[in-house]
Amino acid sequence: MARKVLVLGEVREGSLRNVSFEALAAAKTISEGGEVVAALLGDAVSSLTNEMISYGADRVITVEDEKLKTYTTDGYKQAFMQVFESEKPEAIVMGHTAMGKDLSPRIAAKLASGLISDVTSIEEVGSEMVFTRPIYSGKAFEKKVVSDKLMFVTIRPNNIAPLEQDSSRTGDVSSISAEIKDLRTIVKEVVRKATDGVDLSEAKVIIAGGRGVKSTEGFEPLKELADVLGGAVGASRGACDADYCDYSLQIGQTGKVVTPDLYIACGISGAIQHLAGMSNSKVIVAINKDPEANIFNVADYGIVGDLFDVVPLLTKEFQNVLQNS
Amino acid sequence: MNIYVLMKRTFDTEEKITLDNGAINVDGAEFIINPYDEYAIEEAIRLKEAHGGEITVVTVGGEDCEKELRTALAMGADKAALINIEDDIEVTDQFTTAQLLFEYMQDKEYDIILGGNVAIDGGSGQVGPRLAELLDIPQVTTITKLEIDGETVTIERDVEGDVEIIETSLPLLVTAQQGLNDPRYPSLPGIMKAKKKPLDEYEIDDLDVDEDDVEPKTKTLEVFLPAARGAGKVLEGETEDQVKELVSLLRTEAKVI
Repeated sequence: MARKVLVLGEVREGSLRNVSFEALAAAKTISEGGEVVAALLGDAVSSLTNEMISYGADRVITVEDEKLKTYTTDGYKQAFMQVFESEKPEAIVMGHTAMGKDLSPRIAAKLASGLISDVTSIEEVGSEMVFTRPIYSGKAFEKKVVSDKLMFVTIRPNNIAPLEQDSSRTGDVSSISAEIKDLRTIVKEVVRKATDGVDLSEAKVIIAGGRGVKSTEGFEPLKELADVLGGAVGASRGACDADYCDYSLQIGQTGKVVTPDLYIACGISGAIQHLAGMSNSKVIVAINKDPEANIFNVADYGIVGDLFDVVPLLTKEFQNVLQNS
Repeated sequence: MNIYVLMKRTFDTEEKITLDNGAINVDGAEFIINPYDEYAIEEAIRLKEAHGGEITVVTVGGEDCEKELRTALAMGADKAALINIEDDIEVTDQFTTAQLLFEYMQDKEYDIILGGNVAIDGGSGQVGPRLAELLDIPQVTTITKLEIDGETVTIERDVEGDVEIIETSLPLLVTAQQGLNDPRYPSLPGIMKAKKKPLDEYEIDDLDVDEDDVEPKTKTLEVFLPAARGAGKVLEGETEDQVKELVSLLRTEAKVI
């Protein structure tokens, strides 16, 4: 059944986030040969429309307004609903990001629709579109279908591969003039804290530290390795509880659930709560002094040793190898 | 200040998940207050300590939830409400839960509603924002700091590691993120007092809800466990050699670099 699918593109600091392209790929599957329409909301987004088309959007609709410069629930809901009303799509795809998590349930409630959030894969089974998502922080998974008219999903970053970019694709671009009023929350300030802009949920490589890092300074060698690999730094609850780092870095059942290509666990023992947050990473490397540590039971590769010896050597070796390749 | 807290009973974080006949096996499992909802309860108690008022903790579930509601009362909540769907509704989704909470909240007077930003079992994070929309009040999700000064509410919010400072006003719904506070343990006098605090039970008839009106909009076909991860290769030799081997394996065997 061909469907019209509306995708919300996500813009951060003037650029499209990768999850927007992943959402377009998800939409393509869901559309079953129908149309993929992308919405871009913000104060200056028209320069990004071609990129959305090159990644699979058939059409792009922009809503530009100064009030949309920073994300607010009310502002984005109003703008998105205007696009929804004019397009009447049969499906909606958003990223399961800070923005998507805040906005999508609000819109689902407004539309009295279902919402399958945090989807990691999509498949067509017979006549049904089946969505897989983790439950119990990845200790289990469920397959779900929509039993209502509107198919509304949010997709977890880094799990659905974007389509190959094709700059020769063309598509219509149009704009809707927004009527954004009564913003009930105002963003006064954004304090940047995330590690060099690499967000944990989107990072392809994560270097995570546990109690074994011993101090705030102990994260330094991990940061250096992350820089070389273009990755993000994460932490176990033990490291956060010990005040070595901010809770925003915490990976685990409480905290973030991540699925990078490569997860390097440094000085992490591997409590069940931590494993819940990272054990679906594609490749796991464990570095720990204790050969009995539980983390070795899930790691693809392990080095028994002191992280303060191993991590700087790894950084140097990666530097060498990457320079010569 | 009229304070409401949305609470969910969840599996203990230490529980291993097993399946029984294609469903999560609950036999013998330990249950707790969803950890993020604990932050919400703690914040509610702090708001009451600062501004006065009354805290009501609400949950949707079955008879078993009474234990966790009593724990919340022992922490310092004043009243509890159980929307007991055990006999009426077999399958729910977030649409169902939010709709039931809305029916319950509709005739209540509230200044602030707090909840966890996500439940560690279902993990959807939908119920809070859905309820805010149904009640037509503003929401701020994943908050790490909350200050109420007269009409003005100042909030710090975790946005994927960055911090947003938000200004808004009451009535309001917020969802708690880790770092908001350190939830207290129920004290012994608290536990004794909790036994006498009111715990009201509502069935869907009491809320004037028809089963069909809250029928889920999504359906679960299957629950399964991830493929077990076998222990991999623990490298051997001098540290320098292990590091070289690891980098080589990540490039040639695992192909992730």
